[in-house]
Amino acid sequence: MEYVIEMLGIRKEFGGFVANDNITLQLEKGEIHALLGENGAGKSTLMNVLFGLYQPEQGEIRVKGKKVNITNPNIANNLGIGMVHQHFMLVENFTVTENIILGAEPTTMGYIKKKKAAEEIAALSKKYGLDVDPHAKIEDITVGMQQRVEILKTLYRGAEILIFDEPTASLTPQEITELIQIMKRLIAEGKSIILITHKLKEIMEVSDRVTVIRKGKGIGTVVTAETSPPQLAELMVGRQVEFTTVKTEATPGDVILQVQNIVVEDYRKVDKVKGLDLQVRSGEIVGIAGIDGNGQSELIEAITGLRKVKAGSISINGKEITNLKPRKITESSVGHIPQDRHKHGLVLDFSIGHNIVLQTYYQQPNSKNGIMNYKAVSKKANQIIEEFDVRTGDGEHTPARALSGGNQQKAIIGREIDRDPDLLIAALPTRGLDVGAIEFIHSRLIEQRDKGKAVLLISFELDEVMNVSDRIAVIYDGKIVDELDPKQTNEQELGLLMAGHSKKGAQA
Amino acid sequence: MSNRVVNILVPIISIILGLIVGAIIMYASGYDPIAGYQALWQGIFGDMYSIGNTLRQITPYILAGLAVAFAFRTGLFNIGVEGQLIVGWFAAVWVGYTFELPAIIHLPLALLAAAVAGGFWAFIAGFLKAKLQVHEVIVTIMLNYTALYAVNGLIKYVSDGGYKTPTIHETASLRSDFLKDLTDFSTFHYGLIVALLMAFVMWFLLEKTTRGYELKAVGFNQHAAEYAGMSVKKNIILAMTISGMFAGLAGAMEGLGTFGKMSMMNAFTGVGFDGIAVALLGANTPLGVLFGASLFGSLKYGALNMPNAAGVPEEIVSIIIAVIVLFVASGYVIRLGLQKLAKKKEAK
Repeated sequence: MEYVIEMLGIRKEFGGFVANDNITLQLEKGEIHALLGENGAGKSTLMNVLFGLYQPEQGEIRVKGKKVNITNPNIANNLGIGMVHQHFMLVENFTVTENIILGAEPTTMGYIKKKKAAEEIAALSKKYGLDVDPHAKIEDITVGMQQRVEILKTLYRGAEILIFDEPTASLTPQEITELIQIMKRLIAEGKSIILITHKLKEIMEVSDRVTVIRKGKGIGTVVTAETSPPQLAELMVGRQVEFTTVKTEATPGDVILQVQNIVVEDYRKVDKVKGLDLQVRSGEIVGIAGIDGNGQSELIEAITGLRKVKAGSISINGKEITNLKPRKITESSVGHIPQDRHKHGLVLDFSIGHNIVLQTYYQQPNSKNGIMNYKAVSKKANQIIEEFDVRTGDGEHTPARALSGGNQQKAIIGREIDRDPDLLIAALPTRGLDVGAIEFIHSRLIEQRDKGKAVLLISFELDEVMNVSDRIAVIYDGKIVDELDPKQTNEQELGLLMAGHSKKGAQA
Repeated sequence: MSNRVVNILVPIISIILGLIVGAIIMYASGYDPIAGYQALWQGIFGDMYSIGNTLRQITPYILAGLAVAFAFRTGLFNIGVEGQLIVGWFAAVWVGYTFELPAIIHLPLALLAAAVAGGFWAFIAGFLKAKLQVHEVIVTIMLNYTALYAVNGLIKYVSDGGYKTPTIHETASLRSDFLKDLTDFSTFHYGLIVALLMAFVMWFLLEKTTRGYELKAVGFNQHAAEYAGMSVKKNIILAMTISGMFAGLAGAMEGLGTFGKMSMMNAFTGVGFDGIAVALLGANTPLGVLFGASLFGSLKYGALNMPNAAGVPEEIVSIIIAVIVLFVASGYVIRLGLQKLAKKKEAK
């Protein structure tokens, strides 16, 4: 068997912490090879070693059987290795062509041959069925299309081996289907793919083989056709994982959150929420289903006081909170797991302990008369770290930046749930997390519900909305277009409603 | 190698390397490096007089360094320490000669005036940043010039067309006969105590108070601070103002301590700008600033002895100081070198 890439016995340490320990990954020509592992298991580290960003302490890398020394990304590029990053590296106000040739501009006498490059890109796009317009500006095209530009970028540079880092994280279900087709076409044209993911469904659908790593150690490689999602989950987490969320029937009580006919503008002063009504009662989880950009972010920001409400009213426990300051709203017993944990959720340069008291630092016992009581902070932090199984390198003193995404998220969720708010808003709480962490977070949300709290869940993942919610509100174009019982609907019906088809229209 | 050892080794190696390069420069220019460094040493520690003046030189550097470091720690770049220092200097001197009060009231009042004036000068930049998103670097640079010429104008006005203010009353002075006798008639004054106290204040404020927690949170991540219910605008203005207060006090050191008055200036004192280097040398911590200011102040003052005692021209002296500071500031490179060395040893 010919391997295009072999990573043999790779070991990478960061000052005593072993991120990769004796990991072996062998990529066959023409296969889609999934790299599966929990958050912080060392997937990205391994790929950064392959891409020349890190140097391994032990082990060797072979490309087409020949031992190579990849000391920087340029060498990786020259060896035909290309990376499609999770967070796109594109210049928003450049065209597709300009972005693709950036850093490798074809020139004659200092003059960029843009037209010729555009033709080449169009040809590549056609060959792989990517359907990208070389002259479109990045800011005008969809996220799915931007990802294809990233793919084209690697192909344009002659990549034979493509690494996809969590490629479906920000895509809609339709875009995911399209991406899978594109990946299959790439394989058909002789490329090889490494797919970094923790979504078992995608692995089963698209990959040929799977290499699993757990806590930095290589667990082994299995053939996809000979395995099953539960087995993969067990390999990844190291224990059995519940797939369907277990929960009892909801017993909704009083109305906690009442949103009446609100209008909210986005940063460009365009109405994004257009007369939206919503109720969440105690003891129920209401899931907002919708495609990104239909007003979800603006709705949450309006409820939590981060964005002005132009018209309408919001109340919590019957108390009006419209346009109050964020602190007043927090003090009205609202918890918020924000959509973007790096932007809003954490001060990354603070230790995890300091982040735990982000909303409560000014209250007793964390401080008294303006003097911080870091002993109390530390006690609270350790309690949450323990209770929510936040894995840190150095306890509460670990900088938040140094935690993996899943552990950062667990810390935020711990912080919000610990305040025991009457209304808990969870925006994309499991984005980018692995099955183990997702299971944990879902069970904590349900636990809050069972304690008689109101939970508002916003998610782009239909599975999540359907599994966790007691009631689904579909948002489209700034309005709740329908409310459904998760037990009496299906992905198709939801998908159509999310895309703006009314129920009747769909039946007709 | 443990982290602690590295942390101590890095500045020491940096200074040694800086001195070696400085020696090469002196040698290449035809001067005796050994005599040069002997003159530097004598200039810093030679006698009580030198020691007194070195300490006096260090004092404003500490406060200027604290001002810059405080701003950095709260996410701001205060490049206007120079201007805040100038208005602080004038305010202190004005209070110092205008009022006649007992020392126990007069001196604190003069210091307070300097802090308020410096704080106000910085407040302007903080306010514009918070309310109108004007970048503080631009505003503070411009306010440096405004301060320089406005204060020159004021000096002319209060001295009826003269070029310097009246001398402050004894009751507002930081000087004392005791220190004068102790250090053989140097200009050493009690300002050092103020500076050390302020270093403690900065540490306490940032590390122990809820206000410090907020200021740092806003400095690191405004979005998260807003999400957590903090007022971003209020904290930006406050951070800038506090930074300016440190700078104003640096001015008071010159006004109430070293000079006892203020003269019209053609150019900036340079202390405010050196404060940026001091803060960076000290990694923006109060203790680090004390070390940074000591290094800076010692070199600056001690080097004055080099032209006289060793015949090394002032220009070369400036280059040597710059080289030493450069090496200390690029401690990162040395840190990297030490790590590589340690790794090689391990591999063997």
